[in-house]
Amino acid sequence: MVVSIIKKLFTSYGLVGAFGIVALIMHVAYYIANAIGQKRMGSAFAIIIGLILAYIAGKYTGGEKGLADIELFAGLSLLGGGMLRDYAIISTAYGVKFENLKKAGLVGVISLIVGVFFSFIVGAIIAAILGFQNPVDITTIGAGAVTFIVGPVTGSALGASSEVIALSIAAGVVKSVLTMIITPLIAPIIGLNNPTAAMVYGGLLGTTSGVAGGLAATDPKLVPYGAMTATFYTGLGTLIIPSLGFLLVRAIFS
Amino acid sequence: MEIYGMGIISLCMFIGTFLGNLLGELLGVSGDVGGVGMAMLLLVLISNYMESKGKPFPERIAKGIEFVSCLYIPIVVAMASIQNVLAAFKGGAVAFLAGGLATIGSMLLIPLISRSVHLKKVAK
Repeated sequence: MVVSIIKKLFTSYGLVGAFGIVALIMHVAYYIANAIGQKRMGSAFAIIIGLILAYIAGKYTGGEKGLADIELFAGLSLLGGGMLRDYAIISTAYGVKFENLKKAGLVGVISLIVGVFFSFIVGAIIAAILGFQNPVDITTIGAGAVTFIVGPVTGSALGASSEVIALSIAAGVVKSVLTMIITPLIAPIIGLNNPTAAMVYGGLLGTTSGVAGGLAATDPKLVPYGAMTATFYTGLGTLIIPSLGFLLVRAIFS
Repeated sequence: MEIYGMGIISLCMFIGTFLGNLLGELLGVSGDVGGVGMAMLLLVLISNYMESKGKPFPERIAKGIEFVSCLYIPIVVAMASIQNVLAAFKGGAVAFLAGGLATIGSMLLIPLISRSVHLKKVAK
């Protein structure tokens, strides 16, 4: 009886339950961060704990939505879903100086174009090296290295098989997860400590969730700058990869 | 009132996402091209304009906006916990190398591009 009431609480008050779960994760993360004397790493630890829990839940349920596939934690898909994520990202733009954006405007555009092509070319080269010969497959996997949305969009536009599309999604997920984890570690080395560099970073990496998580763990003040350019990346990718990118690959491989 | 601040973000989000979807349709890409970015730009323009007029948002409106941005990190943590991390590990060598090298390579390009801006500025 008690169990069923508790279960009902979690399922009918999903969002409230999610607030509680995230608060608990963050408390544990900041406790660890304090214990090792790295207070600023708190949010990075929280993100990593989230990813580990998502991995465990994926193993346990066989689903695709991490912890949210466990009925009790389904509310997390509302709190961590696209709607509230975008709403909160937009709010971080408050306090940004227009001057800073203007200064980095052109370089932001350049980094977007370089970023999309760079990731695509790297992904396509890896696919070719590992034995894929069909231009459609190579393009689709390259598109997955852009983001996990560009991959399937490109794959279905070109008529790739579902295995290849799944691979392209996996490549995109690797990119976004890795971005969340290594950004705070690599930030001092690559000079990611000012608004201009953050805009370049958003334009080059482009995975919205990766950039959002990576910058949050590095320096929350940089979030709006990176997020602003990153949000154009997937759109640009879905525009140029299935068209220009495919023509390029086909010219080389057939 | 704090809710006005939250309403301002909603307004920016709807206008930006509308424009993003419109741009997507015009470009023949299904979906939203840069809607969130345009919403952010709108919020920056509105708040900078008000400040330049010497009438920044009243404290309680600002608090409403800041409340939402405080929720940003918890939301990102929730987002991390619902990723398909298992798929990333299961994708095998192709997925790992394609995604991984694209990520690390892109990161190493950051100083190249941001430094080139810096040099241009110094040259000027």
